[in-house]
Amino acid sequence: MSRIAETFARLRRAGRRGFIPFITAGDPDLETTRALIVELAHAGATLIELGIPFSDPMADGPVIQRASERALKHGVSVADVLAVVADARRETDVPVVLFSYYNPLLQFGHERLCTESQRVGVDGLLVTDLAPEEAGEFAPLVKQHGLDLIFLVAPTSTDARLQMIAERASGFIYAVSRAGITGQQTEVNAAAERLVRRVRAVTDLPVAVGFGISTRAQVAEVWRYADAAVVGSAIVAEIERHVNAPDLVARIGAFARSLVPE
Amino acid sequence: MANESLNQPDERGHWGAYGGRFVPETLMAPLEELNEAYEVARDDATFQAEFNQLLRDYSGRPTPLYFTARLTEQAGGARIYLKREDLSHTGSHKINNALGQVLLARRMGKQRIIAETGAGQHGVATATVCALFGLKCVVYMGAEDMRRQQLNVFRMRLLGAEVREVDAGARTLKDAINEALRDWVTNVADTYYLLGSALGPHPYPRMVRDFQSVIGREARAQILEREGRLPDVLIACVGGGSNSIGLFHPFLADENVRMIGVEAGGRGAELGEHAARFNPGGGRPGVLQGTMSYVLQDERGQIAATHSVSAGLDYPSIGPEHAFLHDAGRVQYVSASDADALAAFHTLSELEGIIPALESAHAVAYALRVARELAQDQIMIVNLSGRGDKDVQTVADME
Repeated sequence: MSRIAETFARLRRAGRRGFIPFITAGDPDLETTRALIVELAHAGATLIELGIPFSDPMADGPVIQRASERALKHGVSVADVLAVVADARRETDVPVVLFSYYNPLLQFGHERLCTESQRVGVDGLLVTDLAPEEAGEFAPLVKQHGLDLIFLVAPTSTDARLQMIAERASGFIYAVSRAGITGQQTEVNAAAERLVRRVRAVTDLPVAVGFGISTRAQVAEVWRYADAAVVGSAIVAEIERHVNAPDLVARIGAFARSLVPE
Repeated sequence: MANESLNQPDERGHWGAYGGRFVPETLMAPLEELNEAYEVARDDATFQAEFNQLLRDYSGRPTPLYFTARLTEQAGGARIYLKREDLSHTGSHKINNALGQVLLARRMGKQRIIAETGAGQHGVATATVCALFGLKCVVYMGAEDMRRQQLNVFRMRLLGAEVREVDAGARTLKDAINEALRDWVTNVADTYYLLGSALGPHPYPRMVRDFQSVIGREARAQILEREGRLPDVLIACVGGGSNSIGLFHPFLADENVRMIGVEAGGRGAELGEHAARFNPGGGRPGVLQGTMSYVLQDERGQIAATHSVSAGLDYPSIGPEHAFLHDAGRVQYVSASDADALAAFHTLSELEGIIPALESAHAVAYALRVARELAQDQIMIVNLSGRGDKDVQTVADME
């Protein structure tokens, strides 16, 4: 059983729900990213989504676009991100999922990526612009190296697609709360709950809901029907707000704690 | 008869290793819906009749195939013909695709149309067809392109479109496409994305090519009527690659017809100074904006900045069918520099009284070079994809 599967199984046994923070690797620098992984684990993260910066993040809103720009200013690469995970692994065993657009991974090399990810202790990969149909070569390699390949589902996914995705996914399913890009919204609408119900009908895999979740109340709302809530842009915006603060890491830890319902 | 069954992608939109559908899950089902709607329309005589009638009555097709006596004389070699897409309504070949796709959008019941534009020609074509059918139109355009193509920005607004300035990245075509994709993923239920080149996720590269293939079909019939034989060489500029694939595709089975795609050589060979995806040391296969193709990028897979004097060629990737034709050796890809294009802009204006778009001027520049090396009984067709009124200010500022 993978570390991600074990983590969700443990949550389920305890009747609890998960909190998944997202940060962009290298925002504002790699040392801060290492410290944030450790801090977020202490703050109660079920797992951590670590974004690999990309020059053309077409599924992201302005907050994560700017985080990518900050990271790319000092040329953060896939190799750098893997090195950060290796460093963080000395201090925490929180599951880490690399969240990336396909091209940086493709250029790094499928085989090399899987080998290195396994070696440094990455647990899973989620590739925003790689649906199962195009993952034919990549998916078996990911599996061979004991990594989970996590796929997105969306309110626009047909039932046939949900079925097909569930069959190929492992670890958990990431349900996108609404048609749109990443970023905050005032309410997580009913589409998310409907989608989770449709996913449950085709798989027992845990379901995490993300996109637009930015408050403790929204996390609590998602917890009613999903296994975990992902908070991305809200945390990245907090990093941006305090980017020059000497206690940035502690502030983000406190912010993350404030997002987790009692 | 042209063999148009040639070089079709597989059912998932792949030409060999290229093409496909690399988008977030939210767009996967809508793209399949689009693909199905397109396949039905393609085989529907009513749709084709409506499309052809608009091309004829509204856009003014067929466009002439014009023999350039003075340009031919100056080059001193092959007989140079121009396929006059610049004489299409709105001033470029972009109207062909815009008409085809707007008919499809209507069939699909979409009320809101979005588009990206580089030079503004596709934006103007889209704004035009939206005016024609009373549809809401939003065009994304990089701030840098808005600056260098002010005339087209004004035209789009005059036609009732909302032009949204894109301030990200290099503020050119690539960034406009990112923003259009973000809009589409957010508003996919009621919005049709009218993509302007033979790029992006399946089915766009094939669909845009099909709508643009009218260029090559006409040119083939026209040259056979005029010269009694097929041309020796076809030349077109290649940004995303829609005017070139439109000209080339109906000739692909004609083994003796040589085809040359001209990319933007910009102002230097280093990454960032040009938009020549096939230049040695330039692009390599990668995924950008929904498709696998040649992409100008750094060693980490970050997309490179590009430069071209012409906004319409200033793009780091190229349509996937071109990547396939390149690897297959069927089409030769070369580049012309900013300076070459500017010189050709003047040459064609002075010798033929035709002011070409700066994009098309790249094709003219390379055509002059090739024509010189050919015999006087050889025939060349250059796709004059657009007219140059929009570029007059840019050229004036540079000189």
